[in-house]
Amino acid sequence: MSETILEVQKLKKYFPIKGGILNQTTAEVQAVDVIDFVVAKGETLGIVGESGCGKSTTARLLMQLIKHDDGEIIFDGYAVGKSSGITTREMRKRMQMVFQDSYSSLNPRLPVESSIAFGPIVHGVKKSAAQKKARDLLIKVGLNPDLFSRRYPHELSGGQRQRVNIARALALEPEVLILDEAVSALDKSVEAQVLNLLMDLKAEFKLTFIFISHDLNVVHYISDRVLVMYLGRVVEIGDVSAVYNYPKHPYTRALISAMPSMDPKKRTEAVPLVGDPPNPISPPSGCRFRTRCPFSEDICAIKEPILIYTDLKKRQSSACHMGDPDSGHSRTNLNGLPE
Amino acid sequence: MSTLSTNSSKNLDAGQIITDSPSYWSSVRSNLRNDPVTIAFALILLSLLLSAIFADFLAPLDPYKTNMLKRLKPIGTEGFLLGADELGRDMLTRLIYGGRLSLLMGISPVVAALFIGGLLGLTAGFVGGKVNMSIMRVMDVFYAFPSVLLAIAISGALGAGIFNAIISLTIVFIPPIARVTESVTTQIRALDYVEAARASGAKSLTIIRVHIISNVAGPVFVYSTSLISVSIILSSGLSFLGLGTEPPQPEWGLMLNTLRQSIYVNPWVAALPGVMIFLTSLSFNMMSDGIRSAMDIKL
Repeated sequence: MSETILEVQKLKKYFPIKGGILNQTTAEVQAVDVIDFVVAKGETLGIVGESGCGKSTTARLLMQLIKHDDGEIIFDGYAVGKSSGITTREMRKRMQMVFQDSYSSLNPRLPVESSIAFGPIVHGVKKSAAQKKARDLLIKVGLNPDLFSRRYPHELSGGQRQRVNIARALALEPEVLILDEAVSALDKSVEAQVLNLLMDLKAEFKLTFIFISHDLNVVHYISDRVLVMYLGRVVEIGDVSAVYNYPKHPYTRALISAMPSMDPKKRTEAVPLVGDPPNPISPPSGCRFRTRCPFSEDICAIKEPILIYTDLKKRQSSACHMGDPDSGHSRTNLNGLPE
Repeated sequence: MSTLSTNSSKNLDAGQIITDSPSYWSSVRSNLRNDPVTIAFALILLSLLLSAIFADFLAPLDPYKTNMLKRLKPIGTEGFLLGADELGRDMLTRLIYGGRLSLLMGISPVVAALFIGGLLGLTAGFVGGKVNMSIMRVMDVFYAFPSVLLAIAISGALGAGIFNAIISLTIVFIPPIARVTESVTTQIRALDYVEAARASGAKSLTIIRVHIISNVAGPVFVYSTSLISVSIILSSGLSFLGLGTEPPQPEWGLMLNTLRQSIYVNPWVAALPGVMIFLTSLSFNMMSDGIRSAMDIKL
């Protein structure tokens, strides 16, 4: 559990907003604003947060589908895209991604078998071998290749398409699989099947998952550790049991309390979150959550709470002044997990 | 499902059934086979094309032989099945021979523009940013001129002749084809499967070849075929001004223009070249529409 496969250091991505006569940059959307985290080999790291908080941008940055402005991605000890490290192409072979929209992530003009075989062919595998591999992978994801390999994406159901997408991502034999809302668009019964399939595949191929979702129950089910994002920043990270049972950050607490539960004793009692997240073009000073936080004080506007979490052994960490006795916040005894 | 899986895995172990999946184009072919309208118009086009190619064998008379006594004879005159034109030349013969130049002037500028404009549009759409900006703004400059005027200006500058007329028409058709290609490419480039292809480490050229072209080809192809009829009409306009074909060469547009004065004398014969242009345009449009729906496997 302690071996690190992926390390993200001070990752930053601002999207420029062009405008004016000369098409100059008038503002920047701070999509991902300096985030750090580590992923251990073989674990599942869940990433949660509301819409627009930078979850998907983070995934695309990890895959290098968009270039980060600053920071470093270290894959298995090698800096990605650096002369001393590994190339983006090499990294992409070892890290793959499943997208949310199962339909638009498959080429409508290619039979699913060709879609799956595309990656290996690109990496120099012979066409016949790649097709055999595609058929084998279809079996692995629970689709009979005799029935499905020649079908087109529009001939499959959403769940089947997502299985094909998973097979396609596995075709390059990656070590890390990023699942960007991979089951969010599926209905509940299919979602459960695909989740179980993912768990089986993870055990079989010894995969590491980065599981991005807005569904807290699903993240709780599948993840070992969870990372909570708010407005481009990491607000809390830690073991699933710690974060879910003893959330330290007020935002995490609000999220957890808003989570639907089957247990009538666990009724929502905490104050629900009000208002919309602030505009990421001009986020609040200091703590970004302070505009919606019930415990906001003057210090929150002045000083930015720093999340320090590099040691995987530490079970939980949050970016809140209330977790730091020296921060100057009047309520530093927030009931987090006892250290 | 599990029983199915084990069955097929046995099959795989036995080394069977690893065959090529049917390509996209073979499914297009089977769709086309079930579309009688498209087939009918394709056959009309084919017969027009063949009659133009084999005009020497098919045409009953000499297209240049004039006969003052037979001027503007109506359709059905003995020896002149479709009548005679203002110089007494056999209309049927001239319509068959006219297909040569008209189809050449209709098809070749569009094909050339499809290659050049398609390449420009693909590049602009796929690369985006400043490259897109510079290519598409240059295209916009051409849009500033009406297409007829542009064609006249270019072929006027190059000098009269069929080849120069083809060049000028090609230049006229490049901007619209580039624009259509660019807009479709831009849409497709943003889709997840292109991202996924890039995430699998594919180079841009591979992505364009496998994922972009097959999805761009349909709409661009249909649009281009609709330009063929425009091209025939524009080239006849050039001929009328003495910039394309020159009399006495038979060409539908030119024939329509010269017979125009005889429209009150014998309207049916005067309309014949127009009928041919109409039939060709209609066939191209109907066929392209049929091909588009055959290529659209999402129906």
